[in-house]
Amino acid sequence: MEQHWTRAKGAFAAVFTPTVFWLFAFFLIPLGIVWAYSFGQNDGLVDIAITGTFKNYARVLEPLYLLIFVKSLWFAFLTTALCLLIGFPVALAITFASEKTKSWLLLLIMLPFWTNLLIRTYALMAVLRTEGYVNWGYHWLWDRASGLMQAAGMQPLGVFTPLELLHNNFAVVFGLVYVNLPFMVLPLYAALDRLDRSYLEASLDLGAGHLRTLMRVVVPLALPGIASGILITFIPALGSYLTPDMLGGPDSQMIASIIERQFKRANDWPFGAALSFMLMYLTFAAIAIQAVLNRRAPESR
Amino acid sequence: MSKTGNRGASRRSLLTTMGAAAIGLTFTSACSQAAKPAGGAEEAKLNFYNWDTYIGETTLADFKKASGVDVNMSLFATNDELFAKLKAGNPGYDVVVPSNEFVTRMGQAGLLMPLDHAKIPNMKNIDPAFLDPDYDKGRKFSMPYTWLVLGLGYRKSKMQGVPDSWKWVFDSPQYKGRIALLSESADLMRLSAKYLGHSVNDIPPEMVKQIEAMLIRQKPYVKAFHEDDGQTLLQNKDVDIVIEYNGDIAQVMKEDDDIGFIVPKEGSLLNSDTLCIPTGAPRPDNAHKFINYLLDAQAGAEISKTILYPTPNAAAKALMPDDYRNNPVIFPPADQMAKCEYGAFEGAERAQLYEEVITRVRAA
Repeated sequence: MEQHWTRAKGAFAAVFTPTVFWLFAFFLIPLGIVWAYSFGQNDGLVDIAITGTFKNYARVLEPLYLLIFVKSLWFAFLTTALCLLIGFPVALAITFASEKTKSWLLLLIMLPFWTNLLIRTYALMAVLRTEGYVNWGYHWLWDRASGLMQAAGMQPLGVFTPLELLHNNFAVVFGLVYVNLPFMVLPLYAALDRLDRSYLEASLDLGAGHLRTLMRVVVPLALPGIASGILITFIPALGSYLTPDMLGGPDSQMIASIIERQFKRANDWPFGAALSFMLMYLTFAAIAIQAVLNRRAPESR
Repeated sequence: MSKTGNRGASRRSLLTTMGAAAIGLTFTSACSQAAKPAGGAEEAKLNFYNWDTYIGETTLADFKKASGVDVNMSLFATNDELFAKLKAGNPGYDVVVPSNEFVTRMGQAGLLMPLDHAKIPNMKNIDPAFLDPDYDKGRKFSMPYTWLVLGLGYRKSKMQGVPDSWKWVFDSPQYKGRIALLSESADLMRLSAKYLGHSVNDIPPEMVKQIEAMLIRQKPYVKAFHEDDGQTLLQNKDVDIVIEYNGDIAQVMKEDDDIGFIVPKEGSLLNSDTLCIPTGAPRPDNAHKFINYLLDAQAGAEISKTILYPTPNAAAKALMPDDYRNNPVIFPPADQMAKCEYGAFEGAERAQLYEEVITRVRAA
C-alpha cells in the first residue's frame, strides 16, 4: 500500500537529498553565477565586477539585438509549425498501426538520437550542398529529361543550374525541422495513443466526417500533448546554435551564436550573460503560456 | 584575432571537434591529480595544449626518445577557447600555442610565465626577423612556432584574371553568390581597413563606420561567413573565392590544381602562432625542454613537412625540400609580404566594438 511521504521521512530524505544537492551544486548555483554576471561589468581582461548595473540589459534591448531575438523567434515558430504539420499525421499513423509495426515505427523515430547532432549536421551539409546528393540527383534527372526531349525532336533543356540549398535561411529551417521533428512526434504519439477510440466511433456513427472528427474530437482531446510537443520543439529551436551556424548563410544569425561570441571572441561575459537570461525569460514565458493552456484544456482521460 | 576551426584537413574536422571535447574532459579531470608540485625533479610528463594537425607525425615520440618525457597533447580550436580555459585557472597545461595578439592579451592578463632564454639555446635557429616582434618585445613570453598570412583562395577556372585585390570580396558584385568571408570580426575589420588603404591597427571611428556600410552593401553577394573552413567550401565548389590562411589553401592545392592563392596587392594581416608556458604550469622545466626541442632544426623540419605552414625557424627551413621553400603560397613573394602587418591587441573594448559591427552587418 502506498504511504504518505510524511510517514517515511528517512527514506524520503535518502532519495531526495542527492537530487537536491545535484540540482543546487550543478544547476542552480552555476546559473546563479551567470545571472549575477548579467548585472556586472568587465574589470580588466579576466575579472568581472558585479556592480548591480542594468547596462547589459539596456544593451540587450537595443533594436539590433531585439531584432535578432525577433528573427530567432520567427525561425523557432516556423520550425515548430512545420514540425506540428508534419508530425501530427505521422503520430496519428503510428497510433493506428498494428502493435508490431508500431514499435518499429517508434524505433525509426528515435533512431536519429543515437547519432551525434554534429555528425547529422555534417551529413545534411553533404546532402544539401551545391555538389551534394540532391543536386547530383537533380542533375542526373535533368540530363535524362534533356536527352529524352532531344530524342523526341524537341529543344533540349538549357544549361543545368544547381539548386541553392545550403547556406541560406531555407537550410536553417530545414535543419531545425529535421533535428526537432522527433521531439514533436513523441509527445503527440503519447497523447494520441491514450485516446479512447470509442469517442471516434461515436463521432463517426453520429454522422461527423473524418475531417470533422479529427478537428472537433481528436485535436481537442490531444491538446495537452500538442502543447507539450510545441513547447519542447520551440524552446530548443529558439536557442539552437549548431544548425544556424553550420547551415546558415550571411542572413541566418540567431541569438545563440551572438551569445557564444560574447563569451568567446568579444570576451564580454556580462553582456553574454544578459543575453542568455533574456533567452531564459522568453523560455519561462513559453512555459507559462503552456501551463495556462494546459489548465484550460479538458482533462485528457 | 582568433582562428576558428581546425588547421589542416577539414574533412577530419568533425572528428576533431568531438575528439577535442572528449580529450579536454578526461584531461582536465586527470590533471587535477597530476598537478601536484613535485619536490625537486619534475616527473617525466608534460601537458601540451595545441591546435589540431599542428605537430609532426613523429615529433612527440621523438621527444620522448630524446628526453624520456611523455607528452600528453590535447587540442583546442580557437584562441578564445584557450583564453577562456586559462582565465578560469590553469587546469594543468605546461605548454600552450596562442597566436600573436593573444600573447599580448594573455601576457597582460598575467596568464603567461616569462621564458628563461638560457634554457632555450635553440632560439639561435630562429630567423632574426622574428626575434623582437611588437606583440612580445624581446620574446619575453613566447617563441615563434609558425606564421601565417590571410589571402584569397580562389578557383582558377571561375575567375576573370587573378583576383589580386580585396575588392573582389569586399566591394564588388562580380562574384555574386560565390564569395565566402571569414566570420572572425576583427579579421574582417582589419582586412577591410587594409583594402581602404589604412593600417590593420588603430582604425579610426569614421573608417569603422565606412567599413560597416561597405560590408552591408556587399552582404547580398556573399554566400557564407565561414569558420575557417574556407578551403573546404572552395574544394567542394560551394564558392569560388574565399578569405583563408595560406597554409590551409596550400593543403587543398595539393589535391586540386584548379585552386589558387594570392595575397592581395593592398597587403594583408599576418599571424604567428607561438609556444608559451602558462602561469601555474606544473612542470616548467620540462616545458622549457620541450620548447627547445620544437625549435631544433631537425624537429622543426619534421613538423613543417606535415603541417605545411611557413616556419620562422631558419635552420629548419634550410633542411626542407625545394617545393616547400620555394612554394609561393607558403612563402609569398617578398614584395607582397612587405605590405603585411601583425594585428596588435588593442584592448577588450576594441574587440567588442568589432564584434558589434559585424553583428550589425549580419543582422542588416
